[in-house]
Amino acid sequence: MNNYQKWVAFSTIVNKEIRRYLRIWAQTLLPPAITMTLYFVIFGALIGSRIGTMGGFTYMQFVVPGLIMMAVVTNSYANVVSSFFGAKFQHSIEELLVSPVPNYIILMGFVIGGVTRGMLVGLIVTLLSLFFSELNIHSLFVTVSIVIMTSILFALAGFINAVYANNFDDISIIPTFVLTPLIYLGGVFYSMDLLPDFWAGVSKINPMVYVVNAFRYGVLGVSDVDVRWSFTMILFFTIIAYTYSMHLLNTGKRLRQ
Amino acid sequence: MTAALSISQLSKVYDDGFEALKGIDLKVEEGDFFALLGPNGAGKSTTIGIIFSLINKSGGKVHIFDRDIDEDFARAKMDIGIVPQEFNFMAFEKVFDIVSTQAGYYGLPRKLACERAEKYLTRLGLWDKRNVQARALSGGMKRRLMIARALVHEPKLLILDEPTAGVDIEMRRSMWDFLRDINESGTTIILTTHYLEEAEQLCRNIAIIDQGKIVEDTSMRDLLRQLTREVFVLDTTEDLPEDLQLVGFEVERKDDHCMEVVIDKGQHINDVFTQLSDAGIQITSMRNRANRLEELFVNLMAQKSSTAETSLSYAAGSAEATS
Repeated sequence: MNNYQKWVAFSTIVNKEIRRYLRIWAQTLLPPAITMTLYFVIFGALIGSRIGTMGGFTYMQFVVPGLIMMAVVTNSYANVVSSFFGAKFQHSIEELLVSPVPNYIILMGFVIGGVTRGMLVGLIVTLLSLFFSELNIHSLFVTVSIVIMTSILFALAGFINAVYANNFDDISIIPTFVLTPLIYLGGVFYSMDLLPDFWAGVSKINPMVYVVNAFRYGVLGVSDVDVRWSFTMILFFTIIAYTYSMHLLNTGKRLRQ
Repeated sequence: MTAALSISQLSKVYDDGFEALKGIDLKVEEGDFFALLGPNGAGKSTTIGIIFSLINKSGGKVHIFDRDIDEDFARAKMDIGIVPQEFNFMAFEKVFDIVSTQAGYYGLPRKLACERAEKYLTRLGLWDKRNVQARALSGGMKRRLMIARALVHEPKLLILDEPTAGVDIEMRRSMWDFLRDINESGTTIILTTHYLEEAEQLCRNIAIIDQGKIVEDTSMRDLLRQLTREVFVLDTTEDLPEDLQLVGFEVERKDDHCMEVVIDKGQHINDVFTQLSDAGIQITSMRNRANRLEELFVNLMAQKSSTAETSLSYAAGSAEATS
């Protein structure tokens, strides 16, 4: 395939992915909007008003960046894992595997599909947050770039989960038992300063810590972790996830016999 | 002439140790209409799966229009269209989207993809269903959808794995006409099927695979020449006698107005008519008991299994003798 044909193939996959999640918007776009509104009401407005300040900001201001990133992460991940596993389950992934589309284009197509959903949900949640809190962007570059990098990382993670999944249970186990705890323990609702030294150290292997803190820096200008270190760690995790995803596609593990 | 498909020493051993292909050689010329037949589990789907990259081969070489798939599989794939045995499209997608999306995977710009989708959906009688979700189509329509999808990038080689399974006879015959047209316009077609009448009607050359080995690879005409006997069913106006006999022929009376007669190579069916006419029996219709290729295929498979049994019993005997 020449470069133009590759571009056509890539945009075809991305369009198909976007068409898919827009077609089922009541399952993909509406639930995070409702869930995050509840988080804003309960943790921000009701409980948050009793907590006082955190990191020099009201609790509502403190949790909003984390909740936005929570929506971005879960939706980027969920889009790729459900779409790719669905294609595997119905064997429609064979349409792509028998075609001349290079593996990296297949991977990029699904990942960018996940990124667009993550960012769209992130935008919806951000707009909803404006009803509860002021949002002043400290650094637009950090804010936007961290959202893009994060959604790429978790879309790749969703892809790996989908390749290994044998049934629908397998695509909900990782989000429930791994992703959600990582998010909750990643500093969405609290500052790392509140943790004992040991648990603060353990938290450093959690990619969500870097994601949440880098985004919080972009919005509020404060972070528990050096923002450059956050970028480095997210890039490091992304490279690992990309390399492993390509290894799965190139060897055909769980995709070809 | 260029070979559309050339396979040499192709082998496949699955992870569980099952040897599905034992070094097969096969050549399909450009423009051919080729049948690949074999009993269930013989290795047909494995062979096809390797050609369209869903199964990794263990050894051997595959060339598609002289391109080695190990060296440039992507370019080779541009020339192949595949219609798999199982439905493998997203059931919730619309018919038009399934075909036009597949065109996109082959790098066709959107405008051309839409034109091609319209062309093939129309030719296969699915244009009226273009906005229907695929899950709502009948079995025959789903098969035609997969053919439209396989043709949308206009491949030079079309491989169909059981394309008419579960399709009614009227639809099957219209699909045969369509496939003949495609073949006459220059597309090489490889077909696997369990309907041997289909292979006999459509294909010029044939290979039979059994237990991972090619046991026949010849023209349809030469294969049918191997048929040494045919069984005909004759319907008569008059009652057939209980002790029906025809000199020189093996005959079986099925009921008062129906009989079967075996015609061996070198015998003439005219002699049967003459003897029946002399006995005052008129024939109203005549047909083959089974499709000719089917008879040959069954005989061939029976021979192979008896050879295998002989080898096994010989091997068992040898083992007993040495122990």
